[in-house]
Amino acid sequence: MSTHATVGTHMGHDEPGMFKKYFWSTDHKVIAMQYLFTGMAMALIGGFFAYVFRMQLGFPNHNVPGYGLVTPGRYNALVTMHGSIMIFWVAMPVLIAAFGNFLIPLMVGCDDMAFPRINRLSYQIFLFSAILLLSSFLVKGGAFGGAWTAYPPLSANGAYNLTPLGSVLWLVAVALEFVAFLLGGINFTVTVMNSRAPGMKMYDIPLVIWMIVLASVIFMASAGPLIAGAVMLLFDQTMSTGFYDPTRGGDPLLWQHLFWFFGHPEVYVVLLPAMGIVAEVIAVFARKKIFGYKTVLYTTWAVGFLSFVVWAHHQFVAGIDPRMANIFSITTLMISVPITEMIFLYIATLYGGSITLDTPMLWALGFIAEFLIGGVTGIFLGSSGTDIYLHDTYFVIAHFHYTFVPIAIIAVFAGITFWYPKMFGTMLNETLGKIHFWGTVIPFNFIFIPLFITGTAGDQRRVYSYAQFAEQSRPALQHLRTTSTIALLVMLSFQFVFLINFFWSLRNGKKAGPNPWRSATLEWTVPSPPPHGNFAELPTVYRGPYEYGLPGRVEDFAPQNVPD
Amino acid sequence: MYERYLSAASTYAHSVDHLFILIAVLVGFWLIAAETMMFVLIFKFRAKPGRPTQYITGEEKHLKRWITIPHALVLICDLFIIVGAISVWYNIKQNFPVADETVRVIGQQWAWSFQQAGPDGVMDTLDDIRSVGELHVKVDTTYHFDLISRDVVHSFAVPAFRLKQDALPGRTITGWFRPNKVGTYDIQCTQMCGLGHGLMAGRIIVETPQDHAAWLLRNTNPAVAGVPPAAPSATPNANATMAEVRR
Repeated sequence: MSTHATVGTHMGHDEPGMFKKYFWSTDHKVIAMQYLFTGMAMALIGGFFAYVFRMQLGFPNHNVPGYGLVTPGRYNALVTMHGSIMIFWVAMPVLIAAFGNFLIPLMVGCDDMAFPRINRLSYQIFLFSAILLLSSFLVKGGAFGGAWTAYPPLSANGAYNLTPLGSVLWLVAVALEFVAFLLGGINFTVTVMNSRAPGMKMYDIPLVIWMIVLASVIFMASAGPLIAGAVMLLFDQTMSTGFYDPTRGGDPLLWQHLFWFFGHPEVYVVLLPAMGIVAEVIAVFARKKIFGYKTVLYTTWAVGFLSFVVWAHHQFVAGIDPRMANIFSITTLMISVPITEMIFLYIATLYGGSITLDTPMLWALGFIAEFLIGGVTGIFLGSSGTDIYLHDTYFVIAHFHYTFVPIAIIAVFAGITFWYPKMFGTMLNETLGKIHFWGTVIPFNFIFIPLFITGTAGDQRRVYSYAQFAEQSRPALQHLRTTSTIALLVMLSFQFVFLINFFWSLRNGKKAGPNPWRSATLEWTVPSPPPHGNFAELPTVYRGPYEYGLPGRVEDFAPQNVPD
Repeated sequence: MYERYLSAASTYAHSVDHLFILIAVLVGFWLIAAETMMFVLIFKFRAKPGRPTQYITGEEKHLKRWITIPHALVLICDLFIIVGAISVWYNIKQNFPVADETVRVIGQQWAWSFQQAGPDGVMDTLDDIRSVGELHVKVDTTYHFDLISRDVVHSFAVPAFRLKQDALPGRTITGWFRPNKVGTYDIQCTQMCGLGHGLMAGRIIVETPQDHAAWLLRNTNPAVAGVPPAAPSATPNANATMAEVRR
């Protein structure tokens, strides 16, 4: 290969070798696939952990098929790793890195990311962090079991957590994962700001791109404090410093503030790309312009800003000054206003459309229907008075799974089924897709609605057995836990339908052609899958991304790159 | 509404429950309204041959009000919830009624232990009653608790009281409760505290004044009443109740 670093000279190069093409590539599409497949593999691992500890809760003290007996230590490690993996190694890489890498250059009309080599480095660091995390299961003492929030002094002191090596590995893996996404975030932001096709004004950028950029900005602004906190925690663990040790002048609450200052914006970091994906899908399958494109953007900015001033609602009962809870209660309830507005706008987009319920649309509508439940149940927790009781119960678990499952599972499937033809050039099977949709969404509700009930009945989190608690070990509650576990088994088993569909369709799916969904955005103007370098001729943009239902045209939509 | 699953045994339990119901009614209305609207629109605007899509930008005034009016109403509902939330919070966490009794609650890996003043009514004297896993309290009596932790972060939770407060090493955190129903209720630890987190159970036993006085008598040595401990850190656990140490 000749030396080429400048953007725009990728086209017409020799085909690189197998290793270079798939493992050492700087092509944004290959890196997107690396992130996607790594994320999917990690999702299988995280899902397996959920299966193991839900089996323990549903059928206590039985051998779990495929795992064995769940001891308290293993249980703690499994829930900790399930949470860490699903957020940091599934939601982040798939929603931000995979979709961001794949879509940004294609949708803003350029040939690659602004910094292709930083992009490659970002994935390599990410992969290393994933391996490091999983390796912690093999070290002496086993994997870290102090919850994904890792509150010190438990996480800081091996004498307390009994996993001295596991907790260090967990922390280093998380910190490295952040480094990977900081590199990715810089890349995404710079690419969208500098490499847009001529004519693409700020308000012509598709919503999913806007949201990925805003998510990256939120991530970069919030991750700094946590990385600093992680370094201090690492020093506490390995060099016997006392940043979080009260006997030596430290303060355990400091970590909680640093963690949640990152942790709450993180919710919106993964929510926004999911909302963006859903916006694209709804516009295409309702054949409608997004209702109030600019309003959606303004509410996104409002959400992004507010997300930085709500963090202490995770700490109402943590021992902070009780007067602070009032302020954070107000800000937390205020953030429901722009989010509600966004959801209303999405629903309003359906008005006056011609809606077809293809698989991607089912997932997108499923996202709205389910995320609404996650959203409204958050009010119970943001309201300080009820949070005293509901904090750290299964109500919290049910609530955030009603947000995270729509985000990291439902919206991701909307995105994968929607862009699969572009990624691989073939169509997914619709029948299998619909079986998979209903087989995922229905059991999902049967997993978490029972947990809302056990949560209001007082079930506390992260407990491997309720045998010690008279109020919690009544049969009525155990039946609900068992129901939840069985529903999880059903939901997990339907994921094989997706895997079969995914891999079968790679070879046997119908050829997609460049624009199977008759979509107006730029990625559909190139062949499927797009060649190295994307566009044969870099496009010029003449209009916004959602010009559907235009009167007086042969086609009912106007692609962004076609002049009037 | 909790009562079916869990009794309400403190004076503020019902205020938490009522706030829960207020929120459930308000957000339940919006949830049903939004879901209904969505499904109606999906049905009404399903693709039909010969019916073209309408071109709507969302800037039209007569359509925009379908967003702005509900938006304002949501804001009003939020204000109601905020007022409810803060008033409940204020009464539980900020505004403490005068204490009749004080109890020290100690969290450590992986047991709750308790220290109450003996017959002399003064804490940190030799006749203090220390117990592990069981806290005996008098019904209709206002208790202040001083919550401390010996090692990691724990959380002192009594679901039947709707009470929860994290225990932080290095600090004493004060709270209050007033039990109003005789019975035995669970104490949980609701903050991940290590290997035995799931075993860190305790019980709070709300007794009538007579029963409580009898318990007090059974567990004190009148000879040491009023005597300050010689070496507080080395106070033997001589008066521990029969409660088992859960480990």
